[in-house]
Amino acid sequence: MVAPLIVVSDLEKTYTTKGRALVKALGGISLSIEPGEFITIVGQSGCGKTTLLKILAGLLARSAGSVTLRGEPVNGPRRDIGVVFQDPVLLPWRTVLDNVMLPIQVLGLDRRHYRTIAVELLRLVGLVGFEDKYPQELSGGMRQRVAIARALVHEPSLLLMDEPFGALDAMTREFMNLELLRIWQQAKKTVVFITHSIPEAVFLADRVVVMSARPGRIVEIVHVDLPRPRDLDMMASDAFGVYTRKIRHLFDAKGWLD
Amino acid sequence: MIDYLRERPHVPLIPLVFVVFVLGWEWIVRAWQIQAFILPAPSMIWAALAGGLKSQLFIAHFWVTLSETLAGFGIAAVTGIVLGAVVSQFRIVEKTFYPYLVALQTLPKIAVAPLIIVWFGFGITSKIVIAAMVAFFPVLVNVIVGLKTVDQAKLDLMRSLNATRWQTFRMVQFPNALPFVFAGLDIAIVFSVLGAIVGEFVGAQQGLGNLILQYNFALDIAGVFAVLILLAGLGVSLHLVMQALQKRLIFWAEPEEVIGA
Repeated sequence: MVAPLIVVSDLEKTYTTKGRALVKALGGISLSIEPGEFITIVGQSGCGKTTLLKILAGLLARSAGSVTLRGEPVNGPRRDIGVVFQDPVLLPWRTVLDNVMLPIQVLGLDRRHYRTIAVELLRLVGLVGFEDKYPQELSGGMRQRVAIARALVHEPSLLLMDEPFGALDAMTREFMNLELLRIWQQAKKTVVFITHSIPEAVFLADRVVVMSARPGRIVEIVHVDLPRPRDLDMMASDAFGVYTRKIRHLFDAKGWLD
Repeated sequence: MIDYLRERPHVPLIPLVFVVFVLGWEWIVRAWQIQAFILPAPSMIWAALAGGLKSQLFIAHFWVTLSETLAGFGIAAVTGIVLGAVVSQFRIVEKTFYPYLVALQTLPKIAVAPLIIVWFGFGITSKIVIAAMVAFFPVLVNVIVGLKTVDQAKLDLMRSLNATRWQTFRMVQFPNALPFVFAGLDIAIVFSVLGAIVGEFVGAQQGLGNLILQYNFALDIAGVFAVLILLAGLGVSLHLVMQALQKRLIFWAEPEEVIGA
């Protein structure tokens, strides 16, 4: 048995609103993630999935419970975590390569060594020849690829992704999902991926974490036993349909989807 | 050529308006026999300008005004950027000094010019101080606004990397503010000319502002106009230099809306 990479236990998050009311965003989340796993978290808007991700990233303090990465508590941003946000958040005054190198510069790592890794990552995300372009010369999908390369450049063991393809059109999004699986398989990282699309969650994941809202709780964790590598034809298969239906029923039963 | 004109019919009209205006002016002055000390004809102004340039008189005064302008602008740019950065980075500084900034900003700085002459004398220093004072506020205000309008996602990104405050400032906030900084500098350069001229009006021995006063007293109105043309040329050139710099340095952004002072 491998030691889990992340252990979340009884995690709670409570906000105080402007009207001094207490709002429970997360109510007792427990989850453990194995190294190399692809976890997706699915839930409607406002179920606290982004809050959970921000706590995992060390960007937000928790109210109760614990989060550990390789046995050490996560109390702030850590260098072995890479984050991909909803928007690519690239710096327009830096070239693609310099954007990817940002974490290296901030963390004060050896630039010569990591430059080769950055170039290699740009090849991995399919952006060979774009090193010296500026973000505004790239399409939305390409910008998000740059953001993925940037999140991987300092070789984190955990990649956190917060609805990274939400702003892309449906076809680009399917393509990016395929690309992400290819990158994940080559880079051998652990991924926690947030989405509100049930098919996307099933297509990508080893396990789908289904969350309910107010307070955010884990309703069920669905193991997805579809073969890898996956392709888009699988989305039309019966087995795929069984998973998506099962998750949709979980939402329906609670009356969350109207 | 014909296609070019069809798309831009205003291009030949721009010089045409100028020619019609100048010829009309010349004609009115001659036809109505207007006295030269009221309104000189363009031909007289041209003669005054050519004469002034030839005799090196204009050039000497021009250099004085230009150096006052540039020195004042330089001081305003450096202090505006540094103070703006300090104000935006430390909440307590901003909260403490904000009321004073507003009070100073609404004060017509030019009204202080006589005092500055008293303190710094009739020489070039007082003009530099006045130019810097007038140009300082547009830089300061735009730097503060620019440093504050950084989007939260970029700050989150830096925080997720455990960036220090200085790294975040240097790598994100400052470059992000540059379009605003340049908008401020563009106003500041024009304001510096204004400050230098006002200083020369109030009390000076040389400079284009001083020359205008001399010509005015001598009722040499053609000379006044000639100096005004020189000043307009100076203002436009400085503005163009700023725009060229801005285009080169902030290639990634559209120019920001200007925030005046």
